[in-house]
Amino acid sequence: MSPKSLYNFAFFDEGSKRELRRAILKAVAIPGYQVPFASREMPIARGWGTGGLQLTLSLVGKDDVLKVIDQGADESVNAVSIKRLVKGTTGIRTTEDARDATIIQSRHRIPEFSLARGQILVLQVPMPEPLRFVEPSEYATKRLHAEKEYSGAYLALFEEIMKYGRVSTGADHPVLVNDRYVMAPSPIPRFDNPKMNRSKALILLGAGREKKIYAVPPFTKVASLDFEDHPFEVEAIAGRKCRKCGAEGVFMDEIVDEASGASDYQCNDTSFCGASRVI
Amino acid sequence: MGYVAVKGGAEAIEASIERLKYERLRKGLTLGVDAVEAGMRALVDQVMSEASLYDEAMAALSIKQAEGSPEEAVFLMRAFRSTLPRSYYSLAIDSRAMRVERRISASFKDIPGGQILGASCDYTHRLIDSGLLEETDEEAALWVAAYLANAAAESSPPASAAPMPGAIAGAIDYIRAIGLLKARPIDDAEPRDVTKRSIEFPASRSERLQILARGQTGAVTALGYAALRGYGATLHPTVGELRVGRVAVYVPNPYSSEEGGDAGDAYYVGEIRITAVETLVPVSVRRGMGKTEIEFEIGFGASFGQNETKAIAMSLLDQCLESGDKRSAVQDEEFVLLHVDSVEATGFISHLKLPHYVTFQSKLDSVRKARGEK
Repeated sequence: MSPKSLYNFAFFDEGSKRELRRAILKAVAIPGYQVPFASREMPIARGWGTGGLQLTLSLVGKDDVLKVIDQGADESVNAVSIKRLVKGTTGIRTTEDARDATIIQSRHRIPEFSLARGQILVLQVPMPEPLRFVEPSEYATKRLHAEKEYSGAYLALFEEIMKYGRVSTGADHPVLVNDRYVMAPSPIPRFDNPKMNRSKALILLGAGREKKIYAVPPFTKVASLDFEDHPFEVEAIAGRKCRKCGAEGVFMDEIVDEASGASDYQCNDTSFCGASRVI
Repeated sequence: MGYVAVKGGAEAIEASIERLKYERLRKGLTLGVDAVEAGMRALVDQVMSEASLYDEAMAALSIKQAEGSPEEAVFLMRAFRSTLPRSYYSLAIDSRAMRVERRISASFKDIPGGQILGASCDYTHRLIDSGLLEETDEEAALWVAAYLANAAAESSPPASAAPMPGAIAGAIDYIRAIGLLKARPIDDAEPRDVTKRSIEFPASRSERLQILARGQTGAVTALGYAALRGYGATLHPTVGELRVGRVAVYVPNPYSSEEGGDAGDAYYVGEIRITAVETLVPVSVRRGMGKTEIEFEIGFGASFGQNETKAIAMSLLDQCLESGDKRSAVQDEEFVLLHVDSVEATGFISHLKLPHYVTFQSKLDSVRKARGEK
């Protein structure tokens, strides 16, 4: 038995793909609602993007062009590994250019280039439940969502203001989708939250280990949770300039020079960084 | 510099995979898959049980590829399982109809059908046998031939060599007959397949049993142990019956006139070896007027292959989760069911090795802002 003969196009059997696509359709129909699905075990580890990978594999066709990003980088080990797996089981073309891709699977970043109509952004999600740290029980959080009972989520932000004088969330700052569901945007930096609002591209979010799929359909309102007197703030980027391409106003990696100990910055989105250097 | 860690991923991965292959082959010996299947029965059984895929040859191949790591082998099997179309559900298997190879009861000395020790490490001394260093295939073949000849000469042949006619009644039946078991209605509801529909809470018993049956051996054992030590069970449970043996698997005839298929014209697709355990757990029941009585409840455990510790631990957890009492963590179904799966637990823990540059940068930003730095 040769390894090739063991696996179908895009890994899954067609029945599994259809099942996943049904869950996706439901997620698109109810923006921000977490649709439970029968998450399959994948050839990559749980917690390494199996939710995103299942979405990608269920959607991918022979003409698709795939881009995979891990924390902003196309060449990061896990992005390479996922790309290799999809390519290996489908033979489709891959790209680093966000404008060229039909499906972009990403871990924790939304590309700096604004996405276009017809593109699909697949985000990998470790913890899909935005209320999990307020309420550990799944049974209870499902009810809180059903009743649109989000005082706990706001209270958590309020407590941070009381303790630290400001909201101190890092990545994964919760958002309200379509004025209905509070949603975990996945651990994208706060800088990327506004990119979700009225996005032209379809955004799908997949949590493999937690077995949930949810979606932000194109042109849907997405608002980061905040208070009138403590408006939502993105990470500080003012005055930061990419040391490689000179770009400003994008999310930067902080690079510490080993010799001098001084901080320097460069574009976190590596394919954007390259592109802006060429232009 | 940070950039080095990010770029050049493709080549680095290739090199790492090469290195892994080198580690597997560096001593210049290859491990035969048939040797794994023949000599590592316990590991094959553990992997099939945690993978919830009964295929000894694939398990042996996975074990070879994983260099004997159960977590990796289970992972390979589960990922392979994901790609298999699920065409049929078998008919329910009654473990009473088992071709028994081993069957013991800790509750009764004399059980109908008798105690059958079968193959077990339970009665060995755990002394390393240096004689195995020099064991040869020829000697092994001779020994096996002599063993079988000897067994054939005696009245009771070894269970593996000849089918045991008829089923043995469960030891539990006696306790049920004398009225010490709480009467429960028979529940023949179609089980919900946790691999086809994600679990929602409160879970049904069929969902709980499935998740425990495919749970990681160590995790199920640890939680069962916690229950036994007092985080859950309050009184000492007893193994009513533990049996290991082979059961037949039938799939219903799709053209059968009867709803759900009729056992009479179902197709026999093969047999599997399983471990099944019924544990008697004493519970105190309030009878009113300040009176308390002790009654028994049954915990059920089962697994592919011979995995006795896991199956017993599972039976303890089954009872803990059935009790409805939530005073301890092992009685909380979300706590137990969401944390015993090997692929999920090892995957999420190992994801901590992935880069977290963006998320960490974002957190750093809020820490700095909160401290009033620029």
